[in-house]
Amino acid sequence: MPLFLEIVYFAAAILFIVGLKQMSSPVTARRGIVWAGLGMVVAVLVTAVGLWPANFVLMTLALLIGGAIAWSTSRVVPMTAMPQMVALYNGMGGGSAACIAALELLHPEAEHGLTVLALAVLGGLIGTVSFSGSLVAFAKLQGWLDRSFVFPLQQLVNFGLFTLTFLAGIGLLVYPQSEALLLIFFLLALAYGVMMTLPIGGADMPVVISLYNALTGLAVGFEGFVLDNAAMIIAGTVVGAAGSLLTQLMARAMNRSLGNVLFSAFGAGPQEEGAAGEEGEMKEIGPVDAAAMLAYAADVIVIPGYGMAVGQAQHKVWELTELLEAAGVKVRFAIHPVAGRMPGHMNVLLAEAGVPYDKIYDLEDINADLPHTDVALVIGANDVVNPAARTERASPIYGMPILDADRARNCIVIKRGRGKGFSGIENGLFYADNTRLLFGDGQQAVARLIQEVKRF
Amino acid sequence: MSEGFVALYLFMLAAFTGYEVIGRVPAILHTPLMSGSNFIHGIVVVGAMVALARAETPIELAIGFLAVLLGAGNAVGGYAVTERMLEMFKRKRPEGEG
Repeated sequence: MPLFLEIVYFAAAILFIVGLKQMSSPVTARRGIVWAGLGMVVAVLVTAVGLWPANFVLMTLALLIGGAIAWSTSRVVPMTAMPQMVALYNGMGGGSAACIAALELLHPEAEHGLTVLALAVLGGLIGTVSFSGSLVAFAKLQGWLDRSFVFPLQQLVNFGLFTLTFLAGIGLLVYPQSEALLLIFFLLALAYGVMMTLPIGGADMPVVISLYNALTGLAVGFEGFVLDNAAMIIAGTVVGAAGSLLTQLMARAMNRSLGNVLFSAFGAGPQEEGAAGEEGEMKEIGPVDAAAMLAYAADVIVIPGYGMAVGQAQHKVWELTELLEAAGVKVRFAIHPVAGRMPGHMNVLLAEAGVPYDKIYDLEDINADLPHTDVALVIGANDVVNPAARTERASPIYGMPILDADRARNCIVIKRGRGKGFSGIENGLFYADNTRLLFGDGQQAVARLIQEVKRF
Repeated sequence: MSEGFVALYLFMLAAFTGYEVIGRVPAILHTPLMSGSNFIHGIVVVGAMVALARAETPIELAIGFLAVLLGAGNAVGGYAVTERMLEMFKRKRPEGEG
């Protein structure tokens, strides 16, 4: 490899790591992505120059088409759809790593030994699973696919599929350049990615996307070894490690192990017998009464959920907050670690609406305050305030830490209808004595509250 | 030190770096950071370009083309989405508030 290329890859690796580091603080985060982006642009340009003129037209065309598709789609999606876009672009990266593996296996470099070939197969396997798995995750979050797809002996079938894929991979090492075997290997890996993701649903999707992000990183790292490309090794491995940690943090936030997330078909099992009959009934409240309750409270804690995000209600919520504060009410926001569709998703949406950081509290910091808070205002959140997580062993979310909205003196829940939420689990909070429900789409309901509060 | 071991050390150190960098992140940045790391593994596009440059037969060219296209999508999409998310942290830095 020419020296200048080595130097540029070295610089790119530094820019990636520094960029990632800067992205881990809100103050420098924007600079971080620009630095990392600079590293990427330079690496791509110099690589293109270094490879000149081999297949140059085709390469430029692929770069332009792929880039244009991704750029145009990323500009038009609303902020609430960001998680599935991350899944989509991540899947593309996994697919790219898989294609690199396929090329290496079709046409290995002469000096490559068994180790390199094994890394190519491993990277290909991981990349392909990440590709098809991410696409299924995308389709699920986009609402194109049913929430979960479960059949008897599913885990056994999946395990069998994985074993077959693995055996095909080993076969490739024994009979390299067998095109039929190569095809079988990739088809099996594609199928495994789909089958592995299908049964996972509901609140677990963010964990899965994060897992696939880490896997793609790992696949890129392995293919980096194959191509002897230090930038790919470093960037891929850093992402693989960082992504694994992030995945663990997310799973832990829901008090579930990663194995549990992957192999237990969320919300599928016990709920038939578990939470069938809730006691009491839902007590409705009108916007006038709700506004009065809020305006005369000493303090209010807002608990936003995904319902606030889909209703695009965050701007209205901030407007309401400002009004209440003008009336002397202390307003804070409580964010559950997995509120929204990804950890931190809700923070991004609130930041978009202009809510300052110092009003936003994490679960551990605010839960102790909820019991002596006048009003907990739950907007489109469900599982993260479901007391069944504390009490009901049969519930699929048993053990997950929740925000204790039910322990506040009063609780107002803004909710679209009487149905269950995304995960399909019954919620006892809605039937509690101190809970009142304000039915309506998040944005409209909050807009009506604003109107009423203005009169006080 | 043999070349294989250099690679192994590289792998280990990079893994520690990744772990350390994420370890101290406030929850508020988890989503942008996942998106940002998603962008960074878009470096796969560079490998895809190298692989495409070596391709000869039509099938190899097709796979190489797909590799570069997907890799470019990963890099560009990852950047655009991350940038859009982080954009939201810029606007609001009201004076006097910390």
